[in-house]
Amino acid sequence: MKAIIWQGTNHVGVETVPDPTLLLPTDAIVRVTSTAICGSDLHLLDGYIPSMERGDILGHEFMGEVVEVGSGVKKVRVGERVIMPFNLACGVCDPCQRGMFSACDNSNPNHRMAEALYGATSASGLFGYSHLFGGYAGGQAQFVRVPFADMGCFAIESDLRDDQVLFLTDIFPTGYQAAENCGIVPGRDVVAVFGAGPVGQFALRSAQMLGAAEVIVIDRVPERLRLAEAAGARTINYEDTDVLVALREATGGRGPDHVIDAVGLEAHGHGPGALLDTAEQKLRLSFDRITALRWAILSCAKGGTVSMPGVYGGLVDKLPLGAAFNKGLTLRMGQTHTHRYVRPLLKRIQEGEIDPSFVITHRAPLSRGPELYKTFREKHDGCIKVVLDPWA
Amino acid sequence: MTSSSFSGGRSVTPSDRQSTGAMMPGAERAIFGVVGVFLLTAGLCSGSPFHRLAVAALGVGLSALALSGRSPVATALKIQQNEDGETLVSDAVTIGKGADELYAVWRKLENLPHLMKHLERVEVLDERLSRWTVKAPFGYSGGEVSWEAELTADEPGQRIAWQSLPGAQIENSGAVLFRAAPGDRGTEVVVRLTYRPPLGSAGTLVARIAGQEPSQQLRDDLMRFKREQELGYHPTTKGQSSGRAEKGDKV
Repeated sequence: MKAIIWQGTNHVGVETVPDPTLLLPTDAIVRVTSTAICGSDLHLLDGYIPSMERGDILGHEFMGEVVEVGSGVKKVRVGERVIMPFNLACGVCDPCQRGMFSACDNSNPNHRMAEALYGATSASGLFGYSHLFGGYAGGQAQFVRVPFADMGCFAIESDLRDDQVLFLTDIFPTGYQAAENCGIVPGRDVVAVFGAGPVGQFALRSAQMLGAAEVIVIDRVPERLRLAEAAGARTINYEDTDVLVALREATGGRGPDHVIDAVGLEAHGHGPGALLDTAEQKLRLSFDRITALRWAILSCAKGGTVSMPGVYGGLVDKLPLGAAFNKGLTLRMGQTHTHRYVRPLLKRIQEGEIDPSFVITHRAPLSRGPELYKTFREKHDGCIKVVLDPWA
Repeated sequence: MTSSSFSGGRSVTPSDRQSTGAMMPGAERAIFGVVGVFLLTAGLCSGSPFHRLAVAALGVGLSALALSGRSPVATALKIQQNEDGETLVSDAVTIGKGADELYAVWRKLENLPHLMKHLERVEVLDERLSRWTVKAPFGYSGGEVSWEAELTADEPGQRIAWQSLPGAQIENSGAVLFRAAPGDRGTEVVVRLTYRPPLGSAGTLVARIAGQEPSQQLRDDLMRFKREQELGYHPTTKGQSSGRAEKGDKV
C-alpha cells in the first residue's frame, strides 16, 4: 500500500510499504477513505517530538471502511463505515473506566519510555505519533491496523460526507474539550483563543456552543482571522498590535475570563521570551516555545482558566507561574479524551449545529501529501486544513 | 539484607526503608574521607585563589560524602543499596482485580517465569523449597544460573516472601504484597527485591545500560502482569507495517 512516511526531520515522503495485518485478535483493519494532516503532525515534521524513527507511518486523523476484524472483536463489523479517535484506549483500565481515555494505562507498549520522560504513569498509545506514544503505525495510508477495535472504531451510519465527520477523530473534540475545560458561564464569560488554526477554529465555535458571551481570537494569518470573524469572533492580529494591551482594552481591563492556548510548542511571537525560546529550541536545551502560553497566562482574568489543547512535549523555560499563582488561575491541559466526545459531537453535526468541513482549504491525493505538509507548515496558499484521498 | 526484613508485620510505608538508600560500603567511604581531607588541605595551602577554591571545594564535597555515607555513583543512578552492598529494587502497580485472585497467580510459583521475563523456570520442590533458574546475567559465565529458595512468608491474599538458601550463586530475596487500592480500584501489587550484584554498583550500571537491570525488568514485569490480568493480552506493534527495510517492526 501507499503511505506517508517520516523519513527524518523535515522529510516526509510517500512510500510503498506492506499492507497492515491483524497482530492481535482485538485488531481490525480499515481501508482508509479520507485522512487529514494535523497541526500536531508538523511538530513531528519539525522534529520536536522525540522518538520518531525513519520509516514510521504518519497520520492520526482518518476514517474508512472496516475490511477485516480479529477473532476477539465483538462489536465492529466488516463493511462498517467508521471513524477512529487518534488515541488508543483499552476500555477496561481504571482511567478508561472513568472516561479519561487519553490516560489509558494499557495501550502504550513503550510505557517505559513514556515513564522515563513523564513520570510514574504511562501515556496512552497514539496513532502515528512517535515511539514514546507506542510507535503505532498511522493512517496517512491506504490501510491501517486499528488496535482495541471495539473501543477505537465508531460507526457512522448517517449519509454525512467524510468531510463532515472526519474531524471527530481529533480536532473537533480537541477544540471542544478545550472550551469545556474553561467552565464557561453562559452569557457572561469572555473567552480568548490563541491560534486560529483548525483546533482554534473548533475551540472558538465550541466556546460559542457552550454560551460564551464573546470570543476573541488571536493569530497573525489574515485568512485564519477572517475564518474566525465569519463565525462571529472578534480578532486581534498580534503582529499589528500589542496583544496584551488589546485584550485588556477589549475586556474592560479585566482580561478574558478564560484563555485557550491552541498553539502549543511551536509558537511564533515577539519579545525576548520568544527569542530565548527559539535559541533554546535550536540548541535542544528546551523542546518547547511557549510565547502563546505566556500571553495566555498574562492576559487571563483573575480566577480564570488557561486551557491548553496545544501540544507540549518537554521542558519549558520562563513560564510566568507567579502570574498564574497570584491571579488564582486554573490550568487545564492534556491530550483529548476523544472517545468521550465522538457521539455527542456527531449528534451536533447531524442536527446541523455545525458543519466541520468549513475548515478544509485543500483536498488532494495522498501522493501530494509531502508537498502539502510544507504548504500547511508555511501557511502558504491560504492553507488551514488538508484532507488527502489515499485512493485518488 | 537478611530474611528477617521480610518476616513479621512490618509496615509497607516507605518509612521502613530508612536504613537503606544509596549507602557506600565502609571501605569506599574511608577512601572518600581520606581523599577529601587531603584535597581540602592541599587546596587551602596552594597558590592561586581560584585553584585554592576549586580544590578545597572538591575536598569539602568528598569529605561530606564520606561523612554522610552516601555513594555518589549509586545516588546519581538512583540505585538503592543497603550497608551490606546489596541492591534493593522495588516497584508497584495497581491492577483492577481482587487481591485473592492476584495472590493465587503468584502463589503458583511455576507461573512466575510467565510473569517475569528474566526467569527461565521455577521448579517447586516441596511446600517451602523451590529451584529458580535465570539466564546468566552480566558478570556470570555459562548460559544459566540457578539457586534454591525457600518461602519465608505466605499469607493468602496479602503477602508472599522468599529468600535464596545459603550458597546461592546470586544471593537474593524478595516479597510481593497485595493490598486493596482505595476507591474500588482493585489491588496494589508491591514487589521488593534485594540482590547482591556481581560487580557492585559498576555491575548494576552495566546491567542498566544493557537494559537487564532488575529495576527495569521489574517495571516491565509488573506492567506485563497488569495487562495480562486486565486485558488478557499485551499491546504490541511487533510485525506492523512500516517503511523500514527490515522485516517487521521494532517495538
